[in-house]
Amino acid sequence: MSAIPVRPEELAGTKRENYINWSHTVKDWLLTVDHKRIAVLYLVSISIFFAMGGVAAMFIRLELLTPKGDLFRSDVYNRIFSAHGIMMIFLFLVPSIPATLGNFLIPLMIGAKDLAFPRLNLLSWYLYMIGGMFVLAATVFGGVDTGWTFYTPYSSVYSNSQVALTILGVFIAGFSSIATGINFIVTIHKMRAPGLTWFRLPLFVWAHYATSLIIVLGTPVVAITLALVAVERVTGIGIFNPNLGGDPVLFQHLFWFYSHPAVYIMILPGMGITSEIIACFSRKRIFGYPFIAFSSLAIALFGFFVWGHHMFTTGQSMYSGMVFSIISFLVAVPSAIKVFNWTSTMYKGTVSLKSPMIYALGFIGLFTVGGLTGLFLSTLAMDVHLQDTYFVVAHFHYVMVGGSLLAFLGGIHFWWPKITGKMYHEGVAVGAAILTFIGFNLTFFPQFIVGYIGMPRRYHWYPDEYQFWHVMSSAGASVLALGLVMPAVYLILSLKYGADAGPNPWRAVGLEWTTSSPPPPHNFDEIPVVTWEAYEYDADYTDQVADESTRQEISGTVPHPVSDHMGTYGNPPGE
Amino acid sequence: MNLNLPLAEWELGVKIPFLPQQASTFAGEIDTLYFVLWALTLFFSALVGFLILFFVIRYKKGSNVSRANLVHTSHSLELAWSIIPLFLGLIIFAWGAKLYADVYKVPSNAKEVFVIGKQWMWHLQHSNGIRENNELHVPIGQPVKLTMISQDTIHSFFVPDFRIKRDVLPGRYTTVWFQATKPGRYHLFCAEYCGMQHSLMGGWVYVMEPKDFEKWQNSNGQKPGDASMNTPTARQSLSEQGAEIYQSVGCANCHAPQDNRRGPSLYAIYGKKRQFVDGRTEIADRAYIRESILKPGEKITAGYENIMPVYDGQLTEEQVNALIAYIKSLGTTNEPKMPGSELDNNGKPISTDGGKSNMGGTPGATTGPNSGNTRGTDSTASPNTKNSADTQSIQGDVRGTSPGSNSSGTMNR
Repeated sequence: MSAIPVRPEELAGTKRENYINWSHTVKDWLLTVDHKRIAVLYLVSISIFFAMGGVAAMFIRLELLTPKGDLFRSDVYNRIFSAHGIMMIFLFLVPSIPATLGNFLIPLMIGAKDLAFPRLNLLSWYLYMIGGMFVLAATVFGGVDTGWTFYTPYSSVYSNSQVALTILGVFIAGFSSIATGINFIVTIHKMRAPGLTWFRLPLFVWAHYATSLIIVLGTPVVAITLALVAVERVTGIGIFNPNLGGDPVLFQHLFWFYSHPAVYIMILPGMGITSEIIACFSRKRIFGYPFIAFSSLAIALFGFFVWGHHMFTTGQSMYSGMVFSIISFLVAVPSAIKVFNWTSTMYKGTVSLKSPMIYALGFIGLFTVGGLTGLFLSTLAMDVHLQDTYFVVAHFHYVMVGGSLLAFLGGIHFWWPKITGKMYHEGVAVGAAILTFIGFNLTFFPQFIVGYIGMPRRYHWYPDEYQFWHVMSSAGASVLALGLVMPAVYLILSLKYGADAGPNPWRAVGLEWTTSSPPPPHNFDEIPVVTWEAYEYDADYTDQVADESTRQEISGTVPHPVSDHMGTYGNPPGE
Repeated sequence: MNLNLPLAEWELGVKIPFLPQQASTFAGEIDTLYFVLWALTLFFSALVGFLILFFVIRYKKGSNVSRANLVHTSHSLELAWSIIPLFLGLIIFAWGAKLYADVYKVPSNAKEVFVIGKQWMWHLQHSNGIRENNELHVPIGQPVKLTMISQDTIHSFFVPDFRIKRDVLPGRYTTVWFQATKPGRYHLFCAEYCGMQHSLMGGWVYVMEPKDFEKWQNSNGQKPGDASMNTPTARQSLSEQGAEIYQSVGCANCHAPQDNRRGPSLYAIYGKKRQFVDGRTEIADRAYIRESILKPGEKITAGYENIMPVYDGQLTEEQVNALIAYIKSLGTTNEPKMPGSELDNNGKPISTDGGKSNMGGTPGATTGPNSGNTRGTDSTASPNTKNSADTQSIQGDVRGTSPGSNSSGTMNR
């Protein structure tokens, strides 16, 4: 049975109409309601914010080469690390995977023509851009110096920086997340292709479903919390300021009620990407599908009950500390389930180390270290020492950069042929992936050590004896930067010079690979009917099946999407 | 210089430290926990790393190995890698929780030091009146309890070599304790971001042999050539400073040794239960007394009017600390208090709750449970175990209000 008919124009070698080339006006791009175009708009804009956040990071590492604060003044340094955190968290990591790859792929993966609310989707991009502009304006008009956490009463009373403007930006960008989350939930519930049951969904979709639940439940809380900070700051109504009868610690409760789940907003989509890539490049059905699917939901659920583990040193009640600690340990279980299932997927697979696979394996490794070092911080007495030190900085960079960013890059490399129709230079991409992995570890591993010795975070000056580790970290950061700049270059070059990818260069399963690359404006010529399970890789790819012809014979007997356009790298078979 | 631990530091041209020094009783246990956690981390990372490499090599595309008998899910495996991490996690949790509880359990013989954090300095007050800025001198072998408050934003008192950290909040006391074990000089940091000079808000904790500490105390905290605020001749203890403030800002006008129409006596109230006009009760601890000085309208003692002026913004946290020390020192003095003064000047009984309080009807009988009266005093104040006759002003039971349990429990509401 054919999921995708061979199209005459493709056989004839003529360009098919796709979502990119059907029109070229700026207006058609800026007012598009096509989820694919919106995803591209998002990709471009988050990349810009990522670059800005990255420049701020390089300034931080440069300053910390020496113990004295000799490159910037302290107030400038504080604005730099705040800008780094705010841009990277709210304008890059939170929207990164859902708004780009999720936006692009979810309709394709479930066989839909678009998201459920295309106009809401466009609105979400505009909200994101408006929010981003406010944050940028705040940076231009003097910057903000509260750190990305906006702790009160510093932010609401004592800071002499653009707190209100920044908060307004983050507040607005929050609504963009909420819009995307609602869109995904409705789309996944209502618009799956006939036959595509919940347990036939790719795990990428499951991960985004869990993420969307967190976004919809959590983001309003942080939006209101930040709004309260702005209200106290602007009007002087006492909310968090103890001099006005407020409670400074209340802010931390409310902030982390969102911001801890937000960590899972950042990591769950990365886990979804990893599941897709590992299965594809192991040519094997993912191990323990239902366990991975439900562990995403478990993480989403537990994520809402662990916020207090950010507050073990605030003097909260000892018993509440114990409750938050033990629930935090429970999160280790679904995380372990995922890691071991991914690893087991490769067992008896047919593994090829293409660049997306290297990113995905890097993700597993770094997420494992990031997750395990999280146990240090869930351990009450240990956290008392480690709280607010570079150990925490290293830990969350392992999870967010080593985890989310690597998964994002892996996903971009995996679906780049689908998004653009072009192949990038595979050798260079493998080099960049390895360089990123090495540079990342050189940058952040020393921070575990210097953190345990006592280096507090957000320190501009630091004692001389910590310098060795900071120099190591800064040296590693330059390697990491190189590894991150490279993809920007070769991916852009591939648009002009890359070979045509064809619909399915990786011979992956999944509905998104059954349509042409780039996909046509309405995704599918006919709505696909799904009769197969997810990740049916083994059917045509066991070790006995080595050569093309045997494979074709076998696939002829098994209805399967890959078999329908088997030819080398996705060219339609010349039947 | 610190090479007592083989792992602590390498010298290879540059100094490469690996561990903070172990300078408190907590340090050794925390380090053990740290090593166990690293062992777990390295074990599982190595396991995952090894499996990945092994599978990548063995099942590389084109490799000629058997791929027969594939399984796609295995309940026993899933169970194994759920339960083993859970089990290990619970062990680590229990261990960490136990040590955490220790940090909350302040020994009753702890020497109390008051810490005030402000942008961007630490101010420390010893009970004997010695004051320090960005430096703290303590003897080894003596538990030290820090009672801390911030004058502006949130700070965090962090001494890595002691493995202690506790946030210092505005408007709320927090406490932490430690016992130093090794003489030396240790970094003191502010760990909670507090604005421009955050990274410079630090100093040193000096840990001394008891005899050196004695010497330091006797010189009123002065080092040779140091012109600090402590003049060697006229040092007052914290409660003496408080007594002066008590007079100078006018507390004494209304809060006399005996209850009177304008205000209740503050003698022997520390650690006792207070009854308020709206029927609520509260133990008179530091937090309560601070609130009653700064925002007296919040809780009006039963039988009195809300007439006290607000001292919020009028007094510094240092002065409040001194006042509390003074009021605390009144807790066991029996000097000016007259026996038999159950009735105030108005002829009104002191226990104005009209019998609502379980102890209210028999004020004299409350002396029984108060045998631990001295627990409410500064460790430096002269202990006076004699039960004073002024317990008629006590409106309730004081059991369970020893400084140890009380300070951590009620200040951190």
